[in-house]
Amino acid sequence: MKNSPSIDEQIEIFRKMHVVRQLEEKLGALHKEGKTRGPIHRCDGQEAIGVAATAMLDDTDYVMSTHRGHAHYIGKGLDVYPVVAEIFGRETGSCAGRAGHMLVADASKGMIGGNAIVGASIPAATGAALSNQVLGRDAVSMCIFGDGAAQTGICHEAMNMAALWKLPIVFVLEHNQFGLTVDTDMQSPIDDLSIRAAGYGMPSEIVDGNDPVAVYRAVGAMVERARRGEGPGMVEAKTYRLEGFSTSDMGGYQKDEDIAAWKARDPLKIAFDQLKAEVGEDKLKTIEAEAVAEVEAAFEKALSDPFPEFELFDASAAYSEVV
Amino acid sequence: MALMRYAEALNAALREEMTRDPSVFLFGEDIGRYGGVFKVTRGLQEEFGFNRVRDTPISEQAMTAMAVTAAMTGTRPVLEIMYADFMPLTLDALVNQASIYEYIWNGQVKMPFVLRTQGGGGAGAAAQHSKSLDSMVAHIPGIKVVAPSTPADAKGLLKSAIRDDQPVVFLEHKLLYNMRGEVPEGDDVLVPLGAASLAREGTDVSIFATSRMVHESLKAAEALAEKGISAEVIDLRSLKPLDLNAIKKSIAKTNNAVVVNEGWNFCGYAAEISATIMDHCFDDLDAPVARVTMPDMPIPYSEPLEMAVLPNAEKIVAASLQTLA
Ligand SMILES: Cc1ncc(C[n+]2csc(CCOP(=O)(O)OP(=O)(O)O)c2C)c(N)n1
Repeated sequence: MKNSPSIDEQIEIFRKMHVVRQLEEKLGALHKEGKTRGPIHRCDGQEAIGVAATAMLDDTDYVMSTHRGHAHYIGKGLDVYPVVAEIFGRETGSCAGRAGHMLVADASKGMIGGNAIVGASIPAATGAALSNQVLGRDAVSMCIFGDGAAQTGICHEAMNMAALWKLPIVFVLEHNQFGLTVDTDMQSPIDDLSIRAAGYGMPSEIVDGNDPVAVYRAVGAMVERARRGEGPGMVEAKTYRLEGFSTSDMGGYQKDEDIAAWKARDPLKIAFDQLKAEVGEDKLKTIEAEAVAEVEAAFEKALSDPFPEFELFDASAAYSEVV
Repeated sequence: MALMRYAEALNAALREEMTRDPSVFLFGEDIGRYGGVFKVTRGLQEEFGFNRVRDTPISEQAMTAMAVTAAMTGTRPVLEIMYADFMPLTLDALVNQASIYEYIWNGQVKMPFVLRTQGGGGAGAAAQHSKSLDSMVAHIPGIKVVAPSTPADAKGLLKSAIRDDQPVVFLEHKLLYNMRGEVPEGDDVLVPLGAASLAREGTDVSIFATSRMVHESLKAAEALAEKGISAEVIDLRSLKPLDLNAIKKSIAKTNNAVVVNEGWNFCGYAAEISATIMDHCFDDLDAPVARVTMPDMPIPYSEPLEMAVLPNAEKIVAASLQTLA
């Protein structure tokens, strides 16, 4: 099928999804031991979107992420070790401990940032698409955002301009059913937020966000279109946030039966089933074990790395107020 | 008196004012069923219903603009903005709307709304969830700004803010929500806007502090006392209108001033207080006014970096000693 991932790509997506899941589970365990700092937003259950949607991108393509960006970081090609080191505030982190888990960037990989101001990544990604158009680069920009972010005013302003100027951008809406704690029907009168794309004259597609192949195909088609200069598109990926809003979530608003129903459709399981005939269960189990080992090693190394030392105005002279 | 957490004191203020006045209503993100991410509005939706305690979509800009006209047209909205870092999204409504109409329409309308938010560092919440933007809102004419540092003030000031006919930005601090303290009982126990409070008496140096920095200043005063220095700590608590008399009175006694605020230094709240002291107390000063603030940079995530940039008791002691040197 057109835009389908190759088997090798699919295997890589499978591997990265396991890296992300292991990362999330480790973070959850360390949080319970009181070893994390600040809120951590896990993306368990949403790995297929972040990893598969970014799988066809090059380093020169830009991705803007959210406060829940771990799958986007790994999908966009960041190694897990500097991500873990960043989450633990170490000098060896992707941003030398300055950013923390919500704001990770690796500009060399085109990952220009997690963003913890909800909605802010939508015009941010649109601006990167604008610079691609101004300079005539064939790179695309991708904004991954949530159903909560879709309700911000800035979302409308950005999408209108993206479509008006046919900017090379793909909007990937991770519809995980919740804003922070409010369900989607307390935030919007419509279920399928992507019907709004029609209002901008922009194509859209709804996919099963727990199916990495479906995500890849839909996003891949929009990326190709955008790269050809035909303008933006939107993919609405339906999924579910299995582990609550963040590690500071006090719970009580997600229904047990919903969690169970979505766990039965775990994206890791779906990815496994899609590959087992072609690749064989043993090989997949080996890949999974290697991913787990990679994450374990990353934690071990990162947790013994040094913390940064403070120097005033250390990042750059830009913050010096008097010259 | 009742022993309460700061968050509970705020909750009590909201409950009492909503009971007293049916035009008071709340809206904000996750404040209803969940009770707010800091649990300040816990139980209020159950008690007062959705009509008066509304969960909103993530729409700060529209919400604040709506609060302005809702206030102009007969209600007393209390809007919760989850983090002070999101206040930049509310600024058009504050700067170009709320601050002008009462004056330009020659008193035809009033603007009784409260924007509650919380700021401050120290929780590892990183550069977009830790800021203190006091001066950004205190800069706007026609808008009052308060920042309680104790449960009693949290309750008494919030009640006054809700009853006030001007917009009030109400700044809470994330590290104070669990602080316990005695809170006077009674529906009509208010703390007036515009009055500072004397947190500790002293004679050698006046430390003017806001929000959580009041507690750091009290710790600093303790340490200074051990060195034989008597520091007075004034909790400004009403950032605007400012209690100039309290400032003048203290400086007339101590002749030395240190200003402590968690916001940025350049054009910051402490800079304004320092300039105000220069305007009004120059002849009483023995030394230049010292400021203890956040350096002009983003708040770093990593713990040793974050702790290094935040003002604290140690820095307040050092600034006080330098002033007295
Ligand atoms: C401008 C702004 N308002 C509010 C918040 C607080 N907040 C953080 S995440 C979140 C919910 C976001 O929902 P969604 O976009 O669906 O992402 P999800 O957390 O479900 O992945 C909220 C309200 C914020 N960070 N920024």
